[in-house]
Amino acid sequence: MSSLAIIIESLIFTADSPVSLDRLCELLNEYEREEIKRAIAELVVSYEERNGSFHLVEVAGGWQFRTSPEYQQYVTRHIKNKTVKFSPSALETLAIVAYRQPVTRTEVEFLRGVDCGGVMKTLLEKKLVRILGKKDIPGRPLIYGTSKEFLEIFGLKDLKGLPTLKEIQALDEVPHYEQQEELPLGQTIEIENELPFES
Amino acid sequence: MLTPRREDNLTLDGFHESYSVHLDKFEGPLDLLLHLIRKNELDIYDIPISTITRQYLDYIKLMKDLNLEVAGDFLVMASTLLHIKSRMLLPLEEGEEGEEEELDPRAELIQRLLEYQQYKDAGMVLEARALLGREVFSRTCPEPLLLAANNEEGPLELELFELVDAFRSLLIRIPAETFHEVAAAESFNIADCINEILSLMQDRDMLHFDDLVNEDLTRERVIATFLAVLELCKLKLIRIFQGGQHGNIWFVPAVAPDSAEVILT
Repeated sequence: MSSLAIIIESLIFTADSPVSLDRLCELLNEYEREEIKRAIAELVVSYEERNGSFHLVEVAGGWQFRTSPEYQQYVTRHIKNKTVKFSPSALETLAIVAYRQPVTRTEVEFLRGVDCGGVMKTLLEKKLVRILGKKDIPGRPLIYGTSKEFLEIFGLKDLKGLPTLKEIQALDEVPHYEQQEELPLGQTIEIENELPFES
Repeated sequence: MLTPRREDNLTLDGFHESYSVHLDKFEGPLDLLLHLIRKNELDIYDIPISTITRQYLDYIKLMKDLNLEVAGDFLVMASTLLHIKSRMLLPLEEGEEGEEEELDPRAELIQRLLEYQQYKDAGMVLEARALLGREVFSRTCPEPLLLAANNEEGPLELELFELVDAFRSLLIRIPAETFHEVAAAESFNIADCINEILSLMQDRDMLHFDDLVNEDLTRERVIATFLAVLELCKLKLIRIFQGGQHGNIWFVPAVAPDSAEVILT
């Protein structure tokens, strides 16, 4: 391993949150950005080859050592897992904010069909969601987006790292509706045959 | 509100027997509709509106029979369904048959259901990820070390939300108003507060939120100060920081004091 890689390793190892490339360049101003980039790549590979319990991963725009999920059951024996528990409504709201940001509460509520005030407050308190500003429309409603903590907790490099909605749809493609013909839909089929299409 | 996770297996066969369990399970009218569609194995693109409406209304009736509060959102959806149903009963105008599929009265609802389904799934996909603190762990510094490090590193950038929180906690500390007391004629002017903060800033690099209001802690004073701080932020004259988590909130001049004065006068 190059000496620079080892230096970077020490910095990432002792940091309590992901260390960004910019921050590394700032701390190691005697090195070129490109050198630092290469050294990080070298480190990543070396941890992969080692195939130990943890790896160097890129999250929330920085680098951090993280354990692999396989060791969860052992790690939790001595570290209390800060059980991140999400209710379905919190997850739905979070997903909408993540994919539609910047988004207002009204927009979230329209998509979910229910009031989201309470959920939004919880997400704000948990710092998963943050206020980005105000929308320039009548009433100047607050607009929301996801935070850095969101990326850290969900292990995302950046927002582009979110699975696309198309990919998610593909997962759901096993149609629930395959056997539709066999259903005793009776009268309802009649109705749909005479759909009143307007001009 | 983080309520307990819902069970994965939804069955509505015992609809009438086990209503109380099911009532908690729907996140809203769209969730209920999706459930009804899935339960009846219907094609989401071709919902038999009368069946769905009937079942939906049955469900609401059930909620009412149980004297449960029916959320307004559910009623809005009920009226939407009835509206769609009534539009579908209108006779077809001749010669325009099948021209524009989008004008199916159900189209908007279908769109919303599909979108909702998408985000619901997205939420589950997110939840299925290996989460930090649940499946995946990073090295953690012990709390005191972390605090020390933060203090050395200097202030953290602060979100507006936390400023509002600080303000709220300050307001709580203020004794309740006694209304029979006749208020002094003194009134607080935001401009005065701004000037005061700026002059305090000239002596010190950093100001504490509490410093600003300590000498006389009244509701008017705190509110005027808070508004003044917000105004100063807007004018980009100060920056707000927090020293560590749950730490004190500090204000730091964003520009040199001289230029600040120039802007104000």
